[in-house]
Amino acid sequence: MKKKVTVSQDFLKGIWEINPVFKQLLGLCPTLAVTVSAINGIAMALATTFVLIFSSLIISSVRKLIPTQVRIASYIVVIATFVTIVDLVMKARFPELSKSLGPFIPLIVVNCLILGRQEAFSSKNNPFRSFIDAAGNGLGFLAVLFVLGSIREIFGSKSILGIQILPDTFEPWIIMILPAGAFLTLGLLLGLSNTLTERSKRLKRETILRQHNIKRKALEENFGKKS
Amino acid sequence: MTTANPTYRLELTSSPHVHSRWSTRQAMWLVILSLLPPLAAALVFYGIYQLLVIFVSVIFCVGTEVLIKLIRKREITVKDGSAVITGLLLALTLPPNFSLIFTAIGGIFAIAIGKEIFGGLGYNIFNPALVGRAFLQAAFPVAMTTWTIPNFSDAVSKATPLSSLKFDGILTALEPMFVGNIGGSLGETSAFAVLIGGLFLLVLGVANWRIPLSMFFGVLVFGSIFWFINPVKYPTPFFHLFAGSFMFGAFFMATDWVTSPLTGKGMWIFGLGISLVVVVIRIFGGLPEGVMYGILLMNAFVPIINRYTKPKVFGEIK
Repeated sequence: MKKKVTVSQDFLKGIWEINPVFKQLLGLCPTLAVTVSAINGIAMALATTFVLIFSSLIISSVRKLIPTQVRIASYIVVIATFVTIVDLVMKARFPELSKSLGPFIPLIVVNCLILGRQEAFSSKNNPFRSFIDAAGNGLGFLAVLFVLGSIREIFGSKSILGIQILPDTFEPWIIMILPAGAFLTLGLLLGLSNTLTERSKRLKRETILRQHNIKRKALEENFGKKS
Repeated sequence: MTTANPTYRLELTSSPHVHSRWSTRQAMWLVILSLLPPLAAALVFYGIYQLLVIFVSVIFCVGTEVLIKLIRKREITVKDGSAVITGLLLALTLPPNFSLIFTAIGGIFAIAIGKEIFGGLGYNIFNPALVGRAFLQAAFPVAMTTWTIPNFSDAVSKATPLSSLKFDGILTALEPMFVGNIGGSLGETSAFAVLIGGLFLLVLGVANWRIPLSMFFGVLVFGSIFWFINPVKYPTPFFHLFAGSFMFGAFFMATDWVTSPLTGKGMWIFGLGISLVVVVIRIFGGLPEGVMYGILLMNAFVPIINRYTKPKVFGEIK
């Protein structure tokens, strides 16, 4: 028997339950490399989301036509098409952003997050659900990149989205804009998200246990009355 | 009813099972005692302000440990003195007249990320004091390389012997390096003071003699190789021995019980590895000094060294 999954669940699971970075640990290269500032993170995540959504749509529409043996190559062709679109549009419209993201926009082609969603979801589900799933995962990716970029920008250059928020007397931590800072921050965030997940699991288990105990007590009392 | 015989109590603890003559607490206080000579040398050469840096570092290390233990609802283990040592060691690796705020940040980082995140004393992979220093070095590179002229020096250069060698090609004489009348971090200036504290540790058996000895041996061998290749361009092996934080690292950092190998053979590999990294960084690297990275790097290899130097079980047939 298959469990019924609602559309909202399909969408929301990408944000926390199977968050691309925190839970699937996919797409870590761009996550670590471009999150020097919040705006870079947002741009990277939006570009990835665009590619993810459209390639999910296309791939799930033609999923029955792709032979299993060559599916990875076929996915890559579709993904590369959209990455080229993003790359050229960014070069034309946002040349500065494109320069600061450097080679990481073309590298979206091999972003395992996108390939992972195609393999795990789009190749098995209809276009509408694939679209919802891609949007959810994209949003989850965006959230993480924004948080990571903000933390690194606050400590590394005293500002967030280019607006200075820490006083001038604060000495910026140069490590935060170095790769080492990315690893540190991501590691701490991952630890935090794991702690939260564990805690919610434990709470759930405890409530179930408590309800079970209440029920049992009630049953026992009833049983006592009858006899 | 049977009474348990206390002499045959089965103890279930993690390794090592062979006990030394010092308890952890005693040993930690002995280490603190052995740090007094370098500390005194730092005060003599750089002034009384350094005491404030040391004080802030220790306070923040201990405070962070207490705070984290409280948050995690664990037993507060400050009494074993390990946080005090981390604070002292961290402060002694900082340059003179270092900012107190940065010192505090380094102390918090050393304990929180270097030790407690792994589960506390005994579980950390890397030497906490060096983790704190590495963080400061990466976060505030300018402040970490601003050296002060020592009190009794007629030198005009603020550089350390290693940085003047690296960037200006000037070789400092060995005598001031031995006494400590040179630029450098607090604890590392006087090789003589470090030697007193270090020998104290070795004689009492708190630190294992194999690690410092293998590091000295290694640096002399690797240093000599380069010196024989080109005696003009590369410094003498004895310069390597007395320069920078090599002595301090060898006696106080590398010998940390938690982050060094368990077996004698492993300790030799560990020490030789550190000295190789040190010489390579000093000669080819972009940084003048590599002791910190050498020790941290070899810390990461300790589990694998332990695995491959496991002594043969008596009677085992391969």
